[in-house]
Amino acid sequence: MEKFTVHTGVVCPMDRANVDTDAIIPKQFLKSIKRTGFGPNLFDAWRYLDVGEPDKENAGRPLNRDFVLNQPRYKGASILIARKNFGCGSSREHAPWALADYGFRAVIAPSFGDIFFTNSFKTGFLPIVLSDLQLDHIFHACAAFPGYRLTIDLPQQTVNLPDGKAFNFEIDPFRKYCMVNGLDDIGLTLRHAEKITAFEIKRKLEQPWLFGNHAS
Amino acid sequence: MLMQTTLYDKLWDSHAVHSEEDGTTLLYIDRHLVHEVTSPQAFDGLKLAGRKVWRINANLAVADHNVPTTDRSQGIEDPVSRLQVDTLDKNCAEHGINEFKMNDPRQGIVHVIGPEQGATLPGMTLVCGDSHTSTHGALACLAFGIGTSEVEHVLATQTLIARKARNMLVNIEGPLPRGVSSKDLSLAFIGQIGTAGGTGYAIEYAGSTVRALSMEARMTLCNMSIEAGARAGMIAADDTTINYVRGRPFAPQGPMWDHAVNYWRTLKSDPGSKFDRVVEIDARTVKPQVTWGTSPEMVVAVDGRVPDPEKEKDASRREGMERALKYMGLEPNAPIQNIRVDKVFIGSCTNSRIEDLRAAAAYVQGKRIASNIRLALVVPGSGLVKREAEREGLDRIFRDAGFEWREPGCSMCLGMNDDKLAAGERSASTSNRNFEGRQGAGSRTHLVSPAMAAAAAIAGHFVDVRTWR
Repeated sequence: MEKFTVHTGVVCPMDRANVDTDAIIPKQFLKSIKRTGFGPNLFDAWRYLDVGEPDKENAGRPLNRDFVLNQPRYKGASILIARKNFGCGSSREHAPWALADYGFRAVIAPSFGDIFFTNSFKTGFLPIVLSDLQLDHIFHACAAFPGYRLTIDLPQQTVNLPDGKAFNFEIDPFRKYCMVNGLDDIGLTLRHAEKITAFEIKRKLEQPWLFGNHAS
Repeated sequence: MLMQTTLYDKLWDSHAVHSEEDGTTLLYIDRHLVHEVTSPQAFDGLKLAGRKVWRINANLAVADHNVPTTDRSQGIEDPVSRLQVDTLDKNCAEHGINEFKMNDPRQGIVHVIGPEQGATLPGMTLVCGDSHTSTHGALACLAFGIGTSEVEHVLATQTLIARKARNMLVNIEGPLPRGVSSKDLSLAFIGQIGTAGGTGYAIEYAGSTVRALSMEARMTLCNMSIEAGARAGMIAADDTTINYVRGRPFAPQGPMWDHAVNYWRTLKSDPGSKFDRVVEIDARTVKPQVTWGTSPEMVVAVDGRVPDPEKEKDASRREGMERALKYMGLEPNAPIQNIRVDKVFIGSCTNSRIEDLRAAAAYVQGKRIASNIRLALVVPGSGLVKREAEREGLDRIFRDAGFEWREPGCSMCLGMNDDKLAAGERSASTSNRNFEGRQGAGSRTHLVSPAMAAAAAIAGHFVDVRTWR
């Protein structure tokens, strides 16, 4: 997993509430058995005027010029800002994969779908919660200044604005530790392998029906 | 003095292997259900890291999202879908994981077959790489959806790194009016608290209405928890639960059964338990529901009208409503019952169980689908549901009315196979999501109960099943 420490990047505004993971990456692309390559189909139905398919070349497809990702001023954006309940719906981890594959490193919103939020950390893609008021401020500034950039400082847990403001954000210490160090959490969990085994043995004694008698 | 604990607290505490100071907990997972869409990258990751599956018989696999619902004798035509299903077969064979293959009579939607097989048991923690895993909480277990990295984590360690959610009680009292189902309860609840209302919570459904519901109806209620934003929904164990589990293939038998039942009887919130949030619903006031927009919270009763964005004061909500109405091709203030539909879908992990099919068939018997209906599909949740429905003659009722009777799978709920809406087509659907493009690019979905979908197929538009004949 890619480490996340301090990142500065162009901000792309997605001024919508309840952006669901079906919108982030439509179902036809979920047929892939890989973790990569979803970037060109990120927000496919909003980004293109035709219907995308997994085997379709994306280069020549007609673009929806009104859609934010297609506007020249947001070219190369790596920080997405959005409204409440971003990433609601389906558990598809393909959503943060697609956002990361496109080049986004972080998304800032007032709230997130729970599963999307969890999945994002596993991808090295940072979801940040700020208040509605703080996001209003960023949305306004982003509209006013082309090429608007933010700096996200994960060790300090701040979003730094060009006007000198800094917004603090919360993150679980364990998640922060994994993100900052780019750690694979399976490796970390397996440090507790003996504890898991001991728990399992006890459980097998107490509730043996969970361990045997399997139809096949 | 002992603290009164909730069902969720009990399930959580009994599975905590290790806790960090910040509350991060290693949670033991009893059952892992696997399907073809969210698992290939997890198996790949396992292989890359040289890791093995921790406890093979904790896993049960089935292909459901991509499978065709038409004739399967020739396999899967779409090469991309076929590769994904083949990959599941290969991974399961390689690791020795029990898989119900496409032509196995027990194949079906993962959230239908878990309970049906007794692979879902009270008191378990159960996860699956699918957000509707909340369904299984109907059996008094802690069940929730996970992403692919977590699928890999469970395969490799039999645990998940998790943080405890807050407790929400949804207390539903009173008898359900005729023509109103648990799907309507669920949609009404989501309309009340919003699709983010349950975010960060584990929901327990309780009250006299819930106690009177069948297991199938309870599964529908828990299934939709994620549409309220809650990863998990659950219901205390009672006689209904225990009678449902009895005799199922994976369920304990003999003396072990009695031992298990004694434990399962404890799976309920203690009287006086504290919940972080309580929502009260009077079932007697709930009417059949129809969604009008592109989020499950955009819902009204069948005797209502499409809402008018001009009456919405909040600017951001108003914009959302306008965008939804434009996408849905609906006019503000139009009566819901004037909305004509093109296709009808009865199926999905929300509403494809035998009781759902019976409820739908009751409105179809002796009638024909309306001339404007281009396709009416019934997709049973599993091969065993299909077999039972055929035994009861429900397939004839549907076929005689002009419905197509299909093979089990996720089908038009998300259209990963050929079952889709064309752009601009409008459905009455018993599924769970009306998101833009969910049932196909440009699709327009109205979420309803099985009875409401069946009646819409016959009438050609939405009707109030409480009075319609």
